[in-house]
Parts: sequence; C-alpha cells; structure tokens
Amino acid sequence: MDKRFDIAVIGGGVVGLAILRRFAMSGLKCVLLEKGADILSGASKGNSALLHTGFDAPAKSIELQCMKAGYAEYIEIRQKLNLPLLETGAVVAAWTEHELAALDGIIKKAHANGVADVKKLSQIELRIREPQLSKSVLGGVLVPGEHVIDPWSAPLAYAQQAIAHGAVIMRNTEVKAAEFKKDEWQLAGITARVVINAAGLFGDHVEALVRPSPFTIKPRKGQFVVFDKPAAKLARSIILPVPNERTKGVVLFRTIFGNLAIGPTAEDTDERENGSTDSATLEKLKARAIEMVPALGDVNVTAVYAGLRPATEQKDYVIEALKDQNWITVAGIRSTGLTGSLGIAQHLAKLYAKNFGKLPKKPPEPIFTPVPNLAEHSIRPYMKGGEIVCHCEWVTRGEIETACSGPLPAGDLGGLKRRTRAMMGRCQGFYCGAEIASLFKEAAHGKP
Amino acid sequence: MENHDVIIIGAGPAGLSTAMRLRELGVKDVVVLERETKAGGVPRHCGHFGFGWESHKRLMSGPKFAKRMASAANDIDIRTSTTVLEFTMRNSLRVHSSKGISDMSAKRIVLATGTRESSRAAQLIGGNRLPGVMNTGTLQQYVYLKNQKPFSNPMIIGNEWVTFSALLTCRHAGIKPVGIFAEEQKLDAPWFFPLGAKFAYGVPVQTKTKLIAIHGSTRVEAVQFERNGQRNMIACDGVILSGKFKPENALLATAPSNIIITGNALGTVHTAGACVVNARALAETIAKDLQ
Ligand SMILES: Cc1cc2nc3c(=O)[nH]c(=O)nc-3n(C[C@H](O)[C@H](O)[C@H](O)COP(=O)(O)OP(=O)(O)OC[C@H]3O[C@@H](n4cnc5c(N)ncnc54)[C@H](O)[C@@H]3O)c2cc1C
Ligand SMILES: Cc1cc2nc3c(=O)[nH]c(=O)nc-3n(C[C@H](O)[C@H](O)[C@H](O)COP(=O)(O)OP(=O)(O)OC[C@H]3O[C@@H](n4cnc5c(N)ncnc54)[C@H](O)[C@@H]3O)c2cc1C
Repeated sequence: MDKRFDIAVIGGGVVGLAILRRFAMSGLKCVLLEKGADILSGASKGNSALLHTGFDAPAKSIELQCMKAGYAEYIEIRQKLNLPLLETGAVVAAWTEHELAALDGIIKKAHANGVADVKKLSQIELRIREPQLSKSVLGGVLVPGEHVIDPWSAPLAYAQQAIAHGAVIMRNTEVKAAEFKKDEWQLAGITARVVINAAGLFGDHVEALVRPSPFTIKPRKGQFVVFDKPAAKLARSIILPVPNERTKGVVLFRTIFGNLAIGPTAEDTDERENGSTDSATLEKLKARAIEMVPALGDVNVTAVYAGLRPATEQKDYVIEALKDQNWITVAGIRSTGLTGSLGIAQHLAKLYAKNFGKLPKKPPEPIFTPVPNLAEHSIRPYMKGGEIVCHCEWVTRGEIETACSGPLPAGDLGGLKRRTRAMMGRCQGFYCGAEIASLFKEAAHGKP
Repeated sequence: MENHDVIIIGAGPAGLSTAMRLRELGVKDVVVLERETKAGGVPRHCGHFGFGWESHKRLMSGPKFAKRMASAANDIDIRTSTTVLEFTMRNSLRVHSSKGISDMSAKRIVLATGTRESSRAAQLIGGNRLPGVMNTGTLQQYVYLKNQKPFSNPMIIGNEWVTFSALLTCRHAGIKPVGIFAEEQKLDAPWFFPLGAKFAYGVPVQTKTKLIAIHGSTRVEAVQFERNGQRNMIACDGVILSGKFKPENALLATAPSNIIITGNALGTVHTAGACVVNARALAETIAKDLQ
C-alpha cells in the first residue's frame, strides 16, 4: 500500500465516514484511521436513527445548515445506495397546558428555520392521526419531514462508496501520536498532508495532538427501550415531546427494522465507551412509553441499549480549520450527526478549498455501491429464498456471508449484527447465538 | 395452494408426537414444518440426562431422545429449514423455504413452537452490553453442538429446573460457575438440586439475591447484585440467565383465536416427556374432530 495521502481522517463514525466519502469522491487520496475493530464503534453505534429536518435546531447555527444540507443529500443519493427511508413524519405532542402554550413558539421557530410545512394539530386532528396515543394528549405540532432511517447501513454505504473511489479504511488503528514536519503529518505509519479530527467521543484527546484542546468532550448518555414488532402499528408518526433547553427529550419512534422504541434519556456521564444501561432508568422509560401509548402494556421488550453523545461545553458543532497546521477539527457533533454528516462533509470540502488548496477540477465519475436492504418495509433477501439462520429477524446465511466478505467485512460480532440484524430480535440470540458466532468465526479465521 | 389435512408448526417433541399419533390414528396427510435444519427441538442440544421419563419410562440424554423421536417419525413428511412466517387466513400459512415464499393451507393447523428463556433485555438487566451473557439454551448450543466454551467462570442466575441444567452443561464443558443466584425467596426445583450443586460441584446457591447489572469493558468482568438492601460486586467472566420461559408464539399475532396449541408453546413449561404425553392426547381429539 502507498502510505502517502492527501487527507487522513481520524475516526470511523458516521461523521468521519461521510467526510471520507466526500473527499474521496472529489478525487483526493484519502485514508481513515479507526481504533475500533470495526467502523461505528463510538457514538454512531447507538442513536435514534431519525432524519431530522432541523425544525427545532438553533437558528443560524452551523448545525442547522449541515442538517439541512445533509437531509437533502441523503434524499438525493439514497436510492442509488439502496438506503431506506420510512416516511413517518413527527408530532410534537403537548401533555400539559404549559406545553400546549409552547406550540406556537415551536411553529414560529420551525418556519424561521425554513421548515415551512410545520403546522398545528388540534386535539382531535392528533387523535385521528394517532388513535393509540393516550387520551390525555392535548394537541400538537405536525412536522411532516421528520423520518426514520437505518443508522448503520447509511454510514456503511458512505464507507463503501469511499472505498470504491480509492479511499483506504484502516481499522484496529488507534492514533496515539502524530508529528507535523515539512508541511506533512506522520501518524499511525502513514503520511498525510491534512488531518481531520472526527474522533467523536475522543475528539478532545485527539485535538491535543495539535494544540491544547479548546473544548472538552462531556459525554451525555441516552438510554433506549425497544418494543417487539407488534408495537410498530401503535404509532404512525414519531412522537416528540415539547423540548426544553438541554435536550430534545424522550421520543417514541418506529425503527426501520419494524419495532417501536422509546428514548433517549440525557444523562451526563464519564463513560466514553460502551455506555451502560441501568434497570431503574429502563423501567422508567418503559413506563413512560406505556403512559403515552397504553396498548404497549401488552407488548414485550425486545432490546435495550445506550448511546453516548459527544457533547462539548458549546451548543453548536465545533468545526474549524487550522491553516498553519494542516488540521481540521470536527467535534461536538452531539445529537444530530446522523442527519448532519453529509452536510458536514460538504461544509468541510469548502473549508478545505479555502485553506488548503483547490479540489481537483474534474472529479471522477461517481460510483454508487448499494448496500443490502435491512428495512422491514421493503424487499428483504429471505423473500427470495435462502436459508434463514436468525429466526426472529429472518436473516439468511447468504446475508451473513455477504457481511463477512467484500471490501469492508464485519470486524467483530457487533459489526455483523449491525450489518445484518442477526441476533437483534426478540430472542436476542437464544436460538441462533451460537450458530451466528461460529459463522462469524469461520468467516474471520477460516473453517476450523 | 398446497393443501393438507393437518400442518404442524415445529418438530420438537410436541410437534413430532402429534404427527405420529395422528398417523397411528389414520390421518394420512400430515406435514410438519421445522425452521431448523434438523428435527428434534430443544432436546437436540440438552446434552445431559433427564429426558423421556413420562413418555418412554426411562431416562436418556436430550440428543438421544431427540434422535429417537425423529427416527420414529421417519415416515412422516417433515420439512426442515422451513419457517412459518405468518398466518394469512384462518387455515393458511405463509411459509419460507430455500425456494422462497409460498402459501400452504390445512384443515387443522397446530402450533408446537416451544418456549425460550427470557433475554437479558427483556428482563431490563442493566450494565454494559457484552458478549458472554446468554441463556441456558444458547450455552448448550455452544457446548454440545459447537464444542466451544464461551467462558470459564460465569454466574448462573435463576431458580428453576433449567438452572441446574445450566450447571450440568457447565460441568460437561469444564466450566466452573462462581455461584447460582436467584432473586426469588425459594427455589422452584427439587430439594436435592442445591445440595448437589454445593456439595458435588462446590457451587454455592443463594436465593433472595437480585442481579442488578453486568459490568465490563470488552468482556464480562463482574456482576452487581442486591441482597438485603445491600449492593455488592462479584467477579465472573460470563452470565447465564436461566429460565423465566416465554412461549415462542410470535405467530399468535396473526393466528385465528381458536388456534390449536400444544407442548411448551402453551406457556407453561413441562418436561419433554410430559409434552409428548399431552401431544398424543391432543392428536386423538384432532383425529376425532376430522372424522
Ligand atoms: C442517544 C443518541 C441519540 C441520537 N439520535 C440521533 C438522531 O436521531 N438523528 C441524528 O441525526 N443523530 C442522532 N444522534 C447523533 C449521532 O449519533 C452523533 O452525532 C454521531 O454518531 C456522531 O458521530 P461522530 O462520527 O462524530 O462520532 P463517533 O461515532 O464517536 O466516531 C468517532 C470514531 O473515532 C474513533 N476514535 C476515537 N479516538 C480515536 C483515535 N485516537 N484513533 C482512531 N480512532 C479513534 C472512535 O472509535 C469512533 O469510532 C444521536 C446520538 C445519541 C448518542
Ligand atoms: C436448557 C433446557 C434444558 C432442559 N432440560 C430438560 C430435561 O432435562 N428434561 C426434560 O424433560 N425437559 C427439559 N427441557 C424442556 C424440554 O426441552 C421441553 O419440554 C421440550 O423441548 C418441549 O417440546 P416442544 O415441542 O413444545 O418445543 P421445542 O422443543 O422447543 O420445539 C419447538 C420447535 O418448533 C420450531 N419452530 C418454532 N417456531 C417455528 C416456526 N415459526 N416455523 C417453523 N418451526 C418453528 C423450533 O425450531 C423447534 O424445533 C429443557 C429445556 C431447556 C431450554
């Protein structure tokens, strides 16, 4: 492998991967360094998977700008990459008089943010749209453009498209040191002209390689409870709460995999890896979901998980180019990075051109590398036959084999689950756990 | 559409027994659909003794019992690697096989899909998400089907018969559990089980001790539990969650309300032998009903 690159991206989360894709498609020679055994080992591993319109984002923020651009690009490229979209729309539901009074402000802000189709729903209109919602709901705001996507196949598609354009992804590669000499960076055994810090939950540690970090990552944990599939028909829209200053609040949402989930909480934590759940919080979330949709009382819980937001002391994204050090910082992509990532990448391309030289005049013809579909509402591989190995999610042996091969095979069992849904259903591996683990082992190390 | 007298969903002890008894009673057109590659159900991977008392009047190991049942049923149309996806109408099913999806119907459809143990998530057990946390059934598949040892010193959680099945499985694989904890007041298992665990295997059994969380960074390192209002940690490298059975009945969401169910899919957990006895009795009712 040639070890000289135009750009080195540190961090294989959704943000780093979208950036890698943009620059690789522009014709630059790019590498991505990820410390985990697979991509999506950090914040991007567990989120709500909502494609946000930005209706409630801070006005005039970079965040809003990136979300809008990211949203538009996702819609534009998704069919070519076979990325799903579950067009649910969202309802901001008011449960108290106080919240009801806040609705007009939400609509006004949404319109100012350029999300023009946001409108009020009376109590009756809301009940007609969401008949399973508790009768105590008082009214709401409809946000038609908020949708549900696949949190893992989107970044995987960005990664694969980048690879198709010549980018290199190095996993199990932690950047611990970096040296800037003669206008070039040396790190992890490679050389790059420009380094992009997209290290998410470790953004401040990586930033310290170039300067005393001007920001500190203060992880904010979000826990979730996922209900079994019969629940999905109990809500048509994403049910949002009236937000407060600190957080968007606890949301009830359908998943692209055909479940209904509630979360996330917002808890400050010292954890930067493998965020933990706690029973008391999970019980509370479950109870809140049943309070919102009483029929959920009869549905089992399929899964629980926690995600960590890479928040900083600042509200907006921290995006900055250090011209003299050939360095770009992309940090604090806290709670909207799945939506914003493609927009962040566009923004970075401009920032790069301004600071580090023009991008190639004639970019290569774009190559689209579609990913396998995991969405419940469209055609899945088992429908055409094959052998089902995960009986709850109907994952075929062929899907497992595909995920374990190709240019970016699953790096660990978690990566395999994210690429296929295997073991993510109601039995959580009771029936197929041993079989899937041994299929993965065989694929990774050859047949025993 | 393919049509039969009786379709049985699940080729475990209950499904196979229903089918065999129906044949004995002269119902010819019986098909059993089984999603796994082999018939036999859960006993296929219960490598220890304790099967067949009620049905065969002798005890044998699970795999032996499963083989016996499957070979006795060798003249029955058992379709393995065939998954029932849903009911489409009262008497018809949408079925997946290697060839794709098709519909099948029958005069009577029997649900014999068994039960599974509750997952960690379903029990809302907190802590880090880690490999090495599994149910007894999964451990048995590692040990008896794959010849693998997923951990060396796990904590076993549970107070049922199957909890001691977990212990036997560990013994077989040379796994030494650090203890058996149950949140309940009492064990729901014969009195000699805990004594055997303690004196024969040196594994302490403790009731009124609730698992709160599972901790570790990349592997299980410890469990946190609560006893008498106090929380403590114990080191271990895995967790076996045994029992708290839930029927494997997602198909009920689309099934007609008068669906015929047998075996452990009914919701209460019986031994395999008892499932056989009950299934045979059910077959007689179905046969009469069809005449
Ligand atoms: C609870 C929750 C809910 C959310 N809901 C939504 C939502 O509905 N919609 C939405 O758009 N967004 C949502 N988000 C936000 C979104 O998930 C994040 O903004 C996004 O994942 C951040 O991605 P990232 O690439 O910046 O960080 P990360 O995913 O953390 O990626 C950084 C990567 O860098 C690697 N790394 C770190 N240090 C090093 C090093 N020294 N060397 C090499 N590699 C290193 C890490 O292993 C990691 O893989 C949510 C987030 C959370 C936590
Ligand atoms: C860990 C463990 C230890 C045990 N130890 C003992 C013991 O020592 N002695 C004893 O007597 N009993 C024991 N049991 C209980 C015994 O296994 C059960 O009583 C028996 O298996 C129940 O039979 P069944 O036919 O109802 O269900 P199962 O054996 O579970 O069979 C159900 C079958 O249905 C199939 N199926 C499910 N859904 C579908 C679908 N949609 N389409 C097609 N096929 C489907 C499954 O693949 C399975 O093969 C143990 C159970 C466990 C889990």
